[in-house]
Amino acid sequence: MNPYNYLYVAGLLFTIGAVGVVVRRNAIVVFMCVELMLNAANLTLVTFSRINGTLDGQIAAFFTMVVAACEVVVGLAIIVTIYRSRRSASVDDASLLRR
Amino acid sequence: MLTIQTPEAVMFWVLAPVAVLAALGMLVVKKAVHSALLLAWVMITLAIFYIAQDAVFLGIVQIVVYTGAVMMLFLFILMLVGVDASDSLTETISGLRPIAITAAVGFGGLFTSLIGRATLGHQAIGLQKANVDGNVQGLARQLFSTYVWPFEVVSALLITAALGAMVLAHHQRTVARPTQREQAIARFRTGSLASAAGLPNPGVFARHNAVDVPALLPDGSAAPNSISATLEARGDMLDPKRFELGEVDNTVTEEK
Repeated sequence: MNPYNYLYVAGLLFTIGAVGVVVRRNAIVVFMCVELMLNAANLTLVTFSRINGTLDGQIAAFFTMVVAACEVVVGLAIIVTIYRSRRSASVDDASLLRR
Repeated sequence: MLTIQTPEAVMFWVLAPVAVLAALGMLVVKKAVHSALLLAWVMITLAIFYIAQDAVFLGIVQIVVYTGAVMMLFLFILMLVGVDASDSLTETISGLRPIAITAAVGFGGLFTSLIGRATLGHQAIGLQKANVDGNVQGLARQLFSTYVWPFEVVSALLITAALGAMVLAHHQRTVARPTQREQAIARFRTGSLASAAGLPNPGVFARHNAVDVPALLPDGSAAPNSISATLEARGDMLDPKRFELGEVDNTVTEEK
C-alpha cells in the first residue's frame, strides 16, 4: 500500500458530499454534506503533507478547520432564521427571490 | 523514503470502506439525525487516518472540534428545527438525481484517473524528519513564524462569525410580552370558559398515572386535551380503557 490510497478515499468522500448537496432537500443535511466535502479536502492536505515531508499541509488543514467552524456557526444561524420565518428547513421553500 | 507498515495498511483497508459506506449512507437515510450520526462516524474515521499519518495534533483537533463541537451544534439545531417534510427523499426537481449521479461518476472517474496518472517526481518522504521535535512543536514553530499573519486574520474571522451568528439569532419582539394579568383576563373574556381554570390533568389510574394516559370525561370517554398534543401526534398516547377496573387483574397470590 502507498499513501496515495488516502487520496482515493478523499476523492470518493468529496464526490459523495457533492452528490448529497445536490440531491438532499433538508438544509441541515445539505450543510452536513458540505462539511463532508471540507473534511475530504482536509484528508488530501494531510496526506500531501506526509508525501512531501513538510508540515505546511497540516497548517492548511488546521486553517480549513477554523474556517469550517465559522462557516457552521453562521450557516446554522441562517438556517434557524429561515426556519423561524418560513417554518420549514427545506431548501426548496426558500425561493422568495424567484417570484 | 516512506514505508507503510502492515498495521497501518490493515487499518486503512478496514476503515476506508467503512467510511465510504457511512458517507453513502448519509445520502440514503431518511432521518437527518441518522445522517448526522453517520457523518460523526466518518469524521472519527478521518481522525484515525490523521493520527496514522503522523498528524497527531490534527487528529485530536478533528475529534474535539468536529465530532465534539460541530456535530453537537448540528444535533442541537436538528432538535430545534424538528422533523418536517424536508426529510423525505422524493425528487422535487425531475431528472435531478440521474444527472447528479452521472456528474458524480464523471467527477469521481476523473479524480481517480488523475491521482493514478500523476507523479510528484519524487518518492513519498514521510514526516519523520519534520516531526523530529514532536508534531505539536513542529506545527507551533510554523504557525507562529511563517503563518503568523494568517493566524491573526483567522482570529478576526472567528470574531466576525461569532458576531454574525449573534446578529442573525437575535430576535426582537414586535409586540410587548403579555403579562400574567393580561393572560388571565384574555382567558376569561375570549372563547368558552371550559379551559379558564387551565387544561385538565392527565389520567390517574390504579395501575398507571403517567402523562401519556388521558383523563376520563364524566361520560367515560377520554379527554384528549388532558395530554400533550405532541404525544398524541407521535402515537404515544395510551388507551385509558386498558386501565379500567374490569380489566385489572385483582387476584392475589397467597403469600407464605
